Amino acid sequence: MAKFFVNGVQVDFNAAPDTPLLWALRDQLGLTGTKFGCGMALCGACTVHVDQQPVRSCVTPVSAIEGKRVVTIEGISETSQGPTARAVKAAWIDKDVVQCGYCQSGQVMSAVALLQKNKSPSDADIDAAMSGNICRCGTYQRVREAIKSAAASLKKA
Amino acid sequence: MNVKSISRRRFLESSAALAGGLVISFWLPGGGGRNAFAQAPQPPKISPNAFLRIGKDGSITVVVKHLEFGQGVTTSLPMILCEELECDWAKVRYELAPAGAEYVHTAFGIQLTGGSSSVWNSYDQLRTVGAQARAMLVQAAANQWKAKPADLRAEKGFVIGPGGKRLSYGQLAEAAGKLPVPDKVVLKDPKAFTIIGQPTRRIDSLEKVEGNAKFGLDVQRKNLHTAVVARPPVFGAVVKKLDAEKVKSVPGVTHVVELRDGVAVVGRNFWAAKKGRDALEIEWDLGPNAKLSTADLKAQFAETAKTPGKAAKKADDAEAMKGAAKTILAEYSVPFLAHAPMEPLNCTVEVQADGAEIWVGSQMQGVDQAAAAKMLGLKPEQVKLNTMLAGGGFGRRANPVSDYVVEACEVAKKVKVPVKVVWTREDDIRGGYYRPMYAHRVETGLDAQGKIVAWSHTIVGPSIMAGTPFEAMMVKDGLDPTSTEGVSDTPYDLPNMSVTLHTVNPGVPVLWWRSVGNSHTAFVMETMIDELAAAANQDPVAYRRALLGKHPNVTRVLDLAASKAGWGSPLAKGRARGIAVHESFGSICAQVAEVSLDGNEIRVHKVTAAFDCGLVVNPLTVEAQLQSAIAFGLSGALFGEITFKEGRVEQSNFHDYRVLRMNEMPRVEVFLVPGGERPTGVGEPGTPPVAPAVANALFALTGKRARSLPLATQKWA
Repeated sequence: MAKFFVNGVQVDFNAAPDTPLLWALRDQLGLTGTKFGCGMALCGACTVHVDQQPVRSCVTPVSAIEGKRVVTIEGISETSQGPTARAVKAAWIDKDVVQCGYCQSGQVMSAVALLQKNKSPSDADIDAAMSGNICRCGTYQRVREAIKSAAASLKKA
Repeated sequence: MNVKSISRRRFLESSAALAGGLVISFWLPGGGGRNAFAQAPQPPKISPNAFLRIGKDGSITVVVKHLEFGQGVTTSLPMILCEELECDWAKVRYELAPAGAEYVHTAFGIQLTGGSSSVWNSYDQLRTVGAQARAMLVQAAANQWKAKPADLRAEKGFVIGPGGKRLSYGQLAEAAGKLPVPDKVVLKDPKAFTIIGQPTRRIDSLEKVEGNAKFGLDVQRKNLHTAVVARPPVFGAVVKKLDAEKVKSVPGVTHVVELRDGVAVVGRNFWAAKKGRDALEIEWDLGPNAKLSTADLKAQFAETAKTPGKAAKKADDAEAMKGAAKTILAEYSVPFLAHAPMEPLNCTVEVQADGAEIWVGSQMQGVDQAAAAKMLGLKPEQVKLNTMLAGGGFGRRANPVSDYVVEACEVAKKVKVPVKVVWTREDDIRGGYYRPMYAHRVETGLDAQGKIVAWSHTIVGPSIMAGTPFEAMMVKDGLDPTSTEGVSDTPYDLPNMSVTLHTVNPGVPVLWWRSVGNSHTAFVMETMIDELAAAANQDPVAYRRALLGKHPNVTRVLDLAASKAGWGSPLAKGRARGIAVHESFGSICAQVAEVSLDGNEIRVHKVTAAFDCGLVVNPLTVEAQLQSAIAFGLSGALFGEITFKEGRVEQSNFHDYRVLRMNEMPRVEVFLVPGGERPTGVGEPGTPPVAPAVANALFALTGKRARSLPLATQKWA
């Protein structure tokens, strides 16, 4: 049995220890905001934070996160990263980023992680942090604008 | 327009069923000038249903009949209705319509999201609904105040009467719901529009950034099982021997069932089902496609193209080519392409006592409902199909043979528990229903002055419609129009043009892919025209203008793109521009791509797009759709390729079926042609021009012509 925390709540996970965190979240815990896109850490749709670091949950077995703190799109606004998360989400809405929206949980989680580390990301920084998150609708241009806008609003705050 | 009001009794029934005030429901029979499915059987009955619900709290819910899969219909369609309703936009919500006869496409006669038609086919319909509802609300207020409707006006969710008296729509909803639906309503003068044409943010953003939006994959039901299917490794292969012994030891697996096409492993959750499938041992009889190879197909297609096929367009003078002073011959090849939407395909089916319920992100709810019913041995009306948000689709969720819906029904029928069939990414990439592979052979005849005197064009490829329920309606004289669109209807003035088609069937399931035939024909036409401009030593824009004399609307878009891109102005060293223009889905898009090479790697820095899509309902969405269509087209143009070796698909996931990423996205600038009277297509017309625009820029940079796609695997440096 693996024990870890999801959005601040302790989870005792009884199913197969090789279960990827993604499917533990979706199937066992009912948190469907984290998405399945590739199963091979190629697309970023499943991005969550583990101990504040962005992680591809589709290739992270629950056995590897014993005792660790997992934060998903549903919980990120209520953590210590909340101010950044709320700024990112507000910028996403303001810049009308989403289209189908399926990849956006992962985009937001990656963007929050970027802005936690880098208050003024350049275009190259954004490329480096976000190129692991595929969007088939091609929202990249507005994702870039929204990250810059969120960074600016966080500086003002 | 023929708007039939439903009977008062049924109107009240539907009002009661949906609870909370006014419900407008009406039915538009299929038909009309643009009716591509004119012979489609009309749905058997008119069921009371609704496009609009006004709650006693003043909330406005617009029922959206089209699938939302990124294109923004959950905002643009409510905008159209609410323009006439005169409600408070801040109170507007959406709901996706289930399968239902009242939700059929006003031109195509079936429920369909495709052909870049959601806005234009809903435009009159939803304006009428909004105007009818407004008239009923005004009448309800007039009744209460004993005033004349003409003395009242509707504004921002209130009816305002003499002396400034006000009643909110919420207060009026119940009384209005009991009034007859007016047959005739006066629509607003477009000059008075306050919502249509305004940049309007999407109303589905919040749920999507919070992770709360429910896609098909997110469906949760009591006792819901997950199925993963082992599908044939070669198209047409069948199970010869199945050994499921090792699956029994996988915890959480509940069923292993053989299907018509493959074997389903069902489990308590995805991971159990997936591990169960990995443990299956299946011996396949590979069948007739065991040796399928892309290299062989390419050679066969090219050889076939050397003889004329069935005539799609005949030259006025069949002998004109013989009189040409010079001919230019070009042979093209484009590959099979997967749609690869972000949300892998899935479908949830629950067989109930007196029917079944399905949850799926479907582009063709009615077709899928009927196919599901057939598999389940039910009548279509016994199958409730709930439309879920879809994480992209690009045509893959509009399959005339409903492959993944029927398969999910087969599993549910056999295991007798609620089941969600989930495709992995590998299943998606290898699962077929690709944009077809095609070959084109184009011979142009020029006179001594370099003027075009003949154009002979032969296309070879599989038919999307053949073998589907759409074949009888759409394929005439053996010609599938989706194979030749964008060539035979070119706006260029090309004397003595002949277009012929060979329809071949290599055994690979094919389907429409964003922009359908235009996804390959624009590449061929616009690189060939560019080649002819170069042969004539003329500027590519000027050369096109001269051939577009009969189409000033196309020239206007071409000129707009060229001027906004600074066509002809100096560029940084190592950069070059290319242009392309293409008309599709009633709209015209021209694009200028600015490219450079980093070693052999193609960098697309900027795409300047000019777009004429008639009347613009939501400029923010149109801009987003252009960015989207360009990113999608670039993925295909640069990287997209499904290939076969020994019958098997060689690609499997995003590492070997590459798609555009953040660092590869060009800056896209969009310029809309103002002043249209009616909306035309938006979702697809931005895709076709990008491949030829980039290819033409690469020619300007290197002097090398692209004769095939994708571009990134070719040698440029």
